[in-house]
Amino acid sequence: MTEATQPDRVRRRLLLGIPLGVAAAAGLGSLALLRRMTRGTYDPHAVGDPRVGHAVPEFVLPALSAAAAGFSKADVLAAGRPILINFFASWCVPCLQEAPTLMALHDAKAIPIWGVAYQDKPADAAAFLTRNGNPYTRLARDDSGTTAINFGLYGVPETYYIDRHGIIRWRWAGPLTEGSGMDRLNRLVAAYP
Amino acid sequence: MRRVWPLLVVLALAPPGRAWAVTDPAEILPNHAEELRAEAIGGQLRCLVCQNMTIEDSDAKLAKQLRLIVRQQVAAGKSNTQVIAWMVARYGDFVRLRPPFEPLTWVLWLSPVLALGLGAGAAALGRRDARPPPSLSEAERARARALLDT
Repeated sequence: MTEATQPDRVRRRLLLGIPLGVAAAAGLGSLALLRRMTRGTYDPHAVGDPRVGHAVPEFVLPALSAAAAGFSKADVLAAGRPILINFFASWCVPCLQEAPTLMALHDAKAIPIWGVAYQDKPADAAAFLTRNGNPYTRLARDDSGTTAINFGLYGVPETYYIDRHGIIRWRWAGPLTEGSGMDRLNRLVAAYP
Repeated sequence: MRRVWPLLVVLALAPPGRAWAVTDPAEILPNHAEELRAEAIGGQLRCLVCQNMTIEDSDAKLAKQLRLIVRQQVAAGKSNTQVIAWMVARYGDFVRLRPPFEPLTWVLWLSPVLALGLGAGAAALGRRDARPPPSLSEAERARARALLDT
C-alpha cells in the first residue's frame, strides 16, 4: 500500500467527522431538552391538551345524591371564580392516593373543587367520600362517561382548572399529590385568579 | 409426525387474523359496508388507556365507548375525516396513530429519507478507489522478475 493520497485523507476525515458531528449535535440537543425540562419550559408529556385554552364543553350532570343538585356548564360560568373540576371514582386506586391533597386544598380554602363521580354507583361514591373525606363544594355524576369524553378524559382521576370565564386553563391526568401537580396549580391560581 | 406437516403449511399460509376486541355482536353495525368503514376509522385511533393499541383492538372501557361513538357517527353518515376530527378535538393529535404531516412531525416523517441520504453519503465517501494501482517502474519490474525467478 502506497502513501494515502490527498483526496483519501479528506475522505477519511469526513467519514470520521460527519458521524461525530451528528452525534455531538444529538447530544447537545438532548442536553438542551433536559435543561428546559428542569426549568419547566418543556414537558415531554404535553402531547397536546386540545381542550386547554377552550371553553368548558356543554354538559348537564345529575346529582350524586338527592340531598344536593348536580351541576352544568351554566353553573360553572355562574361561579364567577376559578374552580377545579375533579373526576373520581370509588373503584379508582390513584383517587385514594390524591384524597389527602384534595382535602388539604379544601381545608386551605384555596379553590373550590367540584367533583364528578365517573362511572360509579352513587352509593359507592358516597361511601368513598365518607371514608376518605369530602373535599367537594358541589357533586355530580357521569354514569355514561359522555361528559368525560367531551372533556377529553383518559381516565380517573383527572383534574381541570377552569378560570372565571369558563376557559379550561390546565388539565392534570393522574393523582394530584404534593409536588406533582401542586406546583403548577399554585402558579395557575396566581396567573388566572 | 408426517401428517402434521400439511396442517403446519396450511397454518403458515393462512392470512394473519386480527385479534378483534369487538366480540359483542351488539357492537357490530348491521350494514357491512358501514361496519368496515367504522373498523377502518377505529384502526387509526389510539386507545388512550393502553396507548399502543387501536381502539378496535383494546378491551379497555374507554376504547369500547369510543368504538361505539365511531359507529354511531358512521351510521349517522359522518365522513371518516369528520369522525377523526371529532376525536382530535377532544384528545388531540395523540389519538391518531398516523400523525399529520406538520412542522412538529417533519423530522418523524422525513427520517427515512434523511437516513437514506446519510447512508448514501457515507457509502459514496467510503467507496474504495476504483482506479487501478499505478504501474511499476522499469527498475521495480526488473526486481520483481529477479525475485520470482529465484
